Amino acid sequence: MEAVANSKVSAFVENWSLPAGNETLRAEALQALKGMDFPTTRVEDWKYTRITRITNKTFHQSAMTLDVKPYIIPNLEAHVLVFVNGYFQKNLSTILEGDVITIADVNDLDNSYYTNVLEDVDENVFSLMNKAFATAGVYLTIPKNQKAAYPIHLLHVSTGERTVANVRHFIQAETGSKAEVFATFHSEGANDALVNVVFEGHIQENAKLTINKLQSEEQSTFHIANEIFVQDPSSNFEINTITIGGLLVRNGLNILVEGENCYTELNGVYLGKGKQLLDNHTFVDHLFGNCTSSETYKGVMDDQSIGVFNGKVVVRQDAQKIQAYQSNGNVLLSEQATVNSKPELEIYADDVRCSHGSTTGQLDEQAVFYLRARGLSEKKAKELLVSAFIGEVLEKVDNATYRAYVDELFWQKFGWQF
Amino acid sequence: MLTIKNLHASIDGQAILKGLNLEVKPGEVHAIMGPNGAGKSTLASVLAGKEEYEITGGEVDFDGKDLLELETEERAKEGLFLAFQYPVEIPGVSNINFLRTALNEIREYRGEEPIAAKDFMAMVREKSKLVELDAKLASRSVNEGFSGGEKKRNEIFQMAMLEPKLAILDETDSGLDIDALRIVAGGVNKLRNQNNAIIVITHYQRLLDYIIPDFVHVLADGKIVKTGPKELALELEEKGYDWINDNAQTV
Ligand SMILES: Nc1ncnc2c1ncn2[C@@H]1O[C@H](COP(=O)(O)OP(=O)(O)OP(=O)(O)O)[C@@H](O)[C@H]1O
Ligand SMILES: [Mg+2]
Repeated sequence: MEAVANSKVSAFVENWSLPAGNETLRAEALQALKGMDFPTTRVEDWKYTRITRITNKTFHQSAMTLDVKPYIIPNLEAHVLVFVNGYFQKNLSTILEGDVITIADVNDLDNSYYTNVLEDVDENVFSLMNKAFATAGVYLTIPKNQKAAYPIHLLHVSTGERTVANVRHFIQAETGSKAEVFATFHSEGANDALVNVVFEGHIQENAKLTINKLQSEEQSTFHIANEIFVQDPSSNFEINTITIGGLLVRNGLNILVEGENCYTELNGVYLGKGKQLLDNHTFVDHLFGNCTSSETYKGVMDDQSIGVFNGKVVVRQDAQKIQAYQSNGNVLLSEQATVNSKPELEIYADDVRCSHGSTTGQLDEQAVFYLRARGLSEKKAKELLVSAFIGEVLEKVDNATYRAYVDELFWQKFGWQF
Repeated sequence: MLTIKNLHASIDGQAILKGLNLEVKPGEVHAIMGPNGAGKSTLASVLAGKEEYEITGGEVDFDGKDLLELETEERAKEGLFLAFQYPVEIPGVSNINFLRTALNEIREYRGEEPIAAKDFMAMVREKSKLVELDAKLASRSVNEGFSGGEKKRNEIFQMAMLEPKLAILDETDSGLDIDALRIVAGGVNKLRNQNNAIIVITHYQRLLDYIIPDFVHVLADGKIVKTGPKELALELEEKGYDWINDNAQTV
């Protein structure tokens, strides 16, 4: 990236003000941003995702409030932390009593600890902008050998014209702890709104962390997510990402597996309509042996939507006896829809078991005919096949209450039943 | 019930059906035999509404309706059923869930109420017994991982569930061992009555020992070239098809 004195980046953030707290970190991020420009499609990692739709606009910070009842997950007894346009809404949030976890401001994070854990992680222009301008976020700790009594729901809503939400969360899963986090993103009356979110986490020895992420914004919003997790030995990390909204969505998921006997599971479902561009970049870095990672992403693209999948798995030289499985499947429902799928395996160890596969195609016409020949309408037949296709990934969501919520959402939005 | 007049159909510009005539009345069983590639499955597909085929001539009347004008699913709702020669595997779509949807779409078409879950399950139990289809298979994904014989049983199970007016069984006997053949044929016979009709496409007399046809037709080169009583099947098994071409005649 070229160093430009008066870059597009500085123009982009020009009218944002630096929130209070964590001054050192913000200053460092600003410093790092100085030499940077936005990635173009000439940069390999952004080849299929042109972000000029975002970068030729300017966005402003705007603390607003609205009724978030429609976005509460029914029947889920959880701590609910609400962020509107990236600002924490204490009055709309609920922290249940009697749990072992602590929920603090991300600004309370110990700086030196933080830099230590994430020192090997590459930052990009969006994660740095976020670091400099994050208006809110939780620093969630699940204490040693404890299980969170309730799931933690981080509920985000964007609203208004050209608003930006820079929100940043850090999850500290201490040794032997266990927790489940839900991160949902919605928008209401948002126009050209940008969500620039960063999740970071440290999953310590023997800890288990499950994250269920739902992106369900209107098709007038942009969403850039950078997610960085570090796994210590014998830890278990699972993240399920469901993307059904947003005009341009980029998920950048980086997982550093820094210990033996770890288990890592990444699942994703993305459903594109209209002119949506849904991009999932994942990176699993196996630094130690005897670990398993399993990745399943499935997309269904309609109209002129574009899907991007880039799943990179690196098995370092010393990481023997790794099992790494990756699969990406796509169904194109229209002739104008496209998918760019690129699984990338880089293996430097010799005793590993890895597999990857990528498929993109139409729905099986023979199957459609078979179902119609039994009396199902063409629409119903296709719905059934699409449901079956992504159902395989949805089944990996263990929480039945959340699953019911997702099913209901799919039913309302697409008329698909599982 | 079904009247096919001078039906012509082609695929990719290649004529397959070349002036086919057939009349099926309620209560009848018709067997269609004929050499490989003659157009038997094509006829079944055209009747079921497969869009790849172009109808280049002729007409098909199904109980007073112009069959060729109906969508595939409308034909099914009108009571046409095709047991496929090669049933497709549909991973992730549960056999009974899709059958319930199908049954309810058909009922809705007839102006009937959706079937109650309890009644449906009772029906599944009863009908799967009819063809001795393992109850576990009934609830698995459609045909996924089924053996050849299980797929064929599943077709007849679906037929039993949907109770069609006209069922076309395309080589339902192939892939069935002798016991399974007896069971499946027995199931089909139990579904017979004076209001429905069956077209059985087969290469072998052995199926017709169980499902006794009223007529046997020989389909060759896209036409019915000979029609006779059930004894014709025996004759065909003995002599093959070549002798027909020499003195082709339609009865
Ligand atoms: N998609 C296609 N494109 C071109 N030709 C086709 C296509 N499908 C079928 N045919 C041809 O149509 C002819 C009739 O095929 P069909 O499957 O109807 O035969 P059949 O009588 O059922 O034979 P079998 O006894 O082997 O099942 C064959 O010559 C076949 O090759
Ligand atoms: Mg055939």
